[in-house]
Amino acid sequence: MNRDNDKGKLLISRSFFLGGIQLFLLFLLIFRLYYLQVYQADKYKTLADENRISTRLLVPPRGIIYDRHHQMLAGNQQNFQALMVAEQTTNVDDTLAAFQKIMPLTEEEEKRIRKDLKKNRSFVPIKIKDNLSWEEAAHILLNAPDLPGVIIDEGLSRYYPYGGMFSHVIGYVAAVSEEDVKDDPLLEVPGFKIGKSGIEKIYEKELRGKAGNQKLEVNAVGRIMKEIEREDGVSGKNIELSLDVRLQKKAYELLGEESGAIVMMNVSTGEILAFASAPAFNPNSFTNGLSTEEWNSLNHNEKKPLLNKAVAGLYSPGSTFKMVVALAALEAGVIDRKSRSFCAGKMVLGNHTFHCWKNIGHGYINVVQALQHSCDIFFYETAQKLGINRIAAMARRFGFGAKTGIGIENEKSGLIPDTEWKMERFGEPWQQGESIISGIGQGYILTTPLQLAVMVSRIANGGYEVNPTFRKVSDAGKQALKSMGLSSQNIEMVQQGMFDVVNTPGGTALMARFNFDGQRMAGKTGTTQVRRITMKERQSGVLKQSELPWKYRNHALFVGYAPQDNPKYAVAVLIEHGGSGSSASAPLGGKMLLEALKLDATDQPVD
Amino acid sequence: MYKAYETGFRSQTLSFKEKFWGISFFYVLLITILAVVGVVMLYSAANGSWQPWAGRQLIRFGLGFGVMLVMAFMDVRIFLRYAYLFYFGVLALLVIVEIGGHVGMGAQRWINLGFIRLQPSELMKIALVLALARYFNSVSLQHIESVKGLIFPAVLVVVPVVLVLIQPDLGTALMLLFSAGAMFFVVGVQLWKFGVVLFSGILCLPVAWHFLHTYQKNRVLTFLDPERDPLGAGYHIIQSKIALGSGGVFGKGFLNGTQSHLNFLPEKHTDFIFTMLSEEFGMIGAVLIILVNFLIIAYSFVFALRSASYFGKLLVIGLATNYFLYVIINISMVLGLLPVVGIPLPLISYGGTVILSVMAGFGIILAVNTNRNINIGKD
Repeated sequence: MNRDNDKGKLLISRSFFLGGIQLFLLFLLIFRLYYLQVYQADKYKTLADENRISTRLLVPPRGIIYDRHHQMLAGNQQNFQALMVAEQTTNVDDTLAAFQKIMPLTEEEEKRIRKDLKKNRSFVPIKIKDNLSWEEAAHILLNAPDLPGVIIDEGLSRYYPYGGMFSHVIGYVAAVSEEDVKDDPLLEVPGFKIGKSGIEKIYEKELRGKAGNQKLEVNAVGRIMKEIEREDGVSGKNIELSLDVRLQKKAYELLGEESGAIVMMNVSTGEILAFASAPAFNPNSFTNGLSTEEWNSLNHNEKKPLLNKAVAGLYSPGSTFKMVVALAALEAGVIDRKSRSFCAGKMVLGNHTFHCWKNIGHGYINVVQALQHSCDIFFYETAQKLGINRIAAMARRFGFGAKTGIGIENEKSGLIPDTEWKMERFGEPWQQGESIISGIGQGYILTTPLQLAVMVSRIANGGYEVNPTFRKVSDAGKQALKSMGLSSQNIEMVQQGMFDVVNTPGGTALMARFNFDGQRMAGKTGTTQVRRITMKERQSGVLKQSELPWKYRNHALFVGYAPQDNPKYAVAVLIEHGGSGSSASAPLGGKMLLEALKLDATDQPVD
Repeated sequence: MYKAYETGFRSQTLSFKEKFWGISFFYVLLITILAVVGVVMLYSAANGSWQPWAGRQLIRFGLGFGVMLVMAFMDVRIFLRYAYLFYFGVLALLVIVEIGGHVGMGAQRWINLGFIRLQPSELMKIALVLALARYFNSVSLQHIESVKGLIFPAVLVVVPVVLVLIQPDLGTALMLLFSAGAMFFVVGVQLWKFGVVLFSGILCLPVAWHFLHTYQKNRVLTFLDPERDPLGAGYHIIQSKIALGSGGVFGKGFLNGTQSHLNFLPEKHTDFIFTMLSEEFGMIGAVLIILVNFLIIAYSFVFALRSASYFGKLLVIGLATNYFLYVIINISMVLGLLPVVGIPLPLISYGGTVILSVMAGFGIILAVNTNRNINIGKD
């Protein structure tokens, strides 16, 4: 009995103990709650937001590029793509089959769709077909009842309405590559495209704009529940270029099937009005990704459509360089208006004979006449007297031997040799004969068509240091031009020579002359050899250009400006292997300048 | 004998009216509060819908409430009489489950009765308490303190524990072991015996570890280091802590728990419902729920102490401990204090058998309280 009593007492005392422990443990949970929900609350609130909020970048529309008269050169085109959301279809195969009836899919596309379907969750939209036109998109929407789960998504893609016509100026956009500096989160957006060449690259920062932000609430498997916050980005800045669509069009018309370049600029503002390098390529195909086939055909074409010949093509300036030599000599006092040379068709120096292009010679000739007739002997002698260093110094004042700084990638500086350069490059002293051929723009001298346009602009504007630009220059923003410090009489002499080239019988570009309401052109032709004429060939009779294979024919150059009395436009024309400057390039330069003057006449009242 | 004499004059059976007024309405209110909170949370778990959980939970609670009332109106002596019978019946069900139960959640735990999937392991929690209470009621303290006297109750415990373990349901097995252990403790088994069992248990740990399933090992390892596999095994507990912590003091508001509604929180309608509650109602809500449970346990122990009979006392302590284990294990688990073992929060988590078994337990506790003055002999 006593033990029974003990049994009950023990039960009670131990129950107290057990109950106490249980209640104490429950109480302890509150401390843990405090630790998590008060002490560490901020940390977990951040983690919870990281879980649920997914930030996406909103791609701003890229800035539009216009010509000087607000014609769109590069814009954004609405681009439609058909997407399929697997979970919204009744049956993926049925929907795909129905789609095929409306718009056939290639085997590759179907394979990719199947792969994407397998890879993604059923609520993720899968691309069926992109780059659809508005008509195609509308056709799909019309058939929507047969296509459950198919949605049309619109985006923007870069579009160049003039195709290849501006490819070498505007360039193109393409997907971001490994080498690109990723200084903007936008570059990480899949499918984002950036300027890869030309204006698109130079003004990339301005054109790109600023990304917007979209905060989305997503669930654990990534499905978007709602938009929390949206901050629209800033659209890319529109850019107005100095180019004129009509002149650009004309330039490509004139170049036709040839390989070459035409650059036209305003002699007092430096605005580039036309900038053509032929052949061109279609930048639109770069935007959507180039096929290997297209790439190969562009790369292996002997006319090099991908090379921007206006800034990256290096050519001997030939006779177009004679103005520089003339000015150098006049400024140095080596010659004057009356100095004359006697051209007998050739000149002998030591055991070397230098030929004039005219075998029978020009007779006695002064500097203006020498320019008009492009007499080589006059310039051989002048160069001989001047020496290379004074020629080089003048050439540099005209912008040769250095990049113009127009900004286009791959721009070449060309080459203006002097004695120092030769020593450094070859470790040999300069030879007098090398000065002589430099006098006619041959030898080591290399220039780009853009540099030629700058040179002729500086002559046309009376010796002011104008620099080329692609941006439209407002009247207020005109560069205050720095004088090159040349004597105006000397400049006028050279201008006279250039006028005679075109307008006086015996001039090398007489065929290209025009008279538009009294406005005429001045210019200078150039023909440069790409092969050496051997003594043997000279004796047996030089082969006619048309008898040579294309790649051995001479390069044809022309530089000119108009109107003659109040110069406004300058042009440089280069036709690779065009035969001769007089026949191949000068007419093109004439037509370009005439077109510019005509447009000026019609545009004037509008301004 | 004095008491027996006194009660001898009174009717040993209470009238229906006496039984009704004998029910502790406050205790029933506490239980109902939890159940209502549960339904509300399940409504939220389904993003503000009665489907698929809240409505069914309400019906189940109704059923459970009925079971509780039936139990509460029973004579305690009936529990004593049928304790072993019930125990062996449930044991038989456990065996049946082992042979051909339904496969669910990777473990065989159910017998499908059509209207309900019966989980015999849940019933065993009550059956074991009943059987042990009857046994310890019938023997003397001397017997309890002897080694020989512990053989039978030890067998009563070990057999179902092993059966549940092979299901495998580690959580329930541990709960059976712990509630039985609590009963062994209160009846007066010497503490050194617990020491021996604990010590040999620790010695057996490496062997036991060997027998654990891979997912169980993962749960333990993950508990020790949740960052070990943040997207795999550690995901549940990390997300649970994020949900809790981000709830703060006042919570994110009803239906506004981001972790729960965006499905970052797994099992939000079952094992992790307390997390969801804490996310939406903050620390205030969580503390209130703990407080209600605190009161339920405290009242249960008061009922135990008030009961005149040894059997009644032991029965209530066993059942209350059982309920306590549910609560402490579940909440500790979601708070990252224990490994994830798959123990629901009774009355609040979605789950049929748990509600029925817990409500039956509460019914028995209420019955003991109602019959507190009835003395019960040793058999």
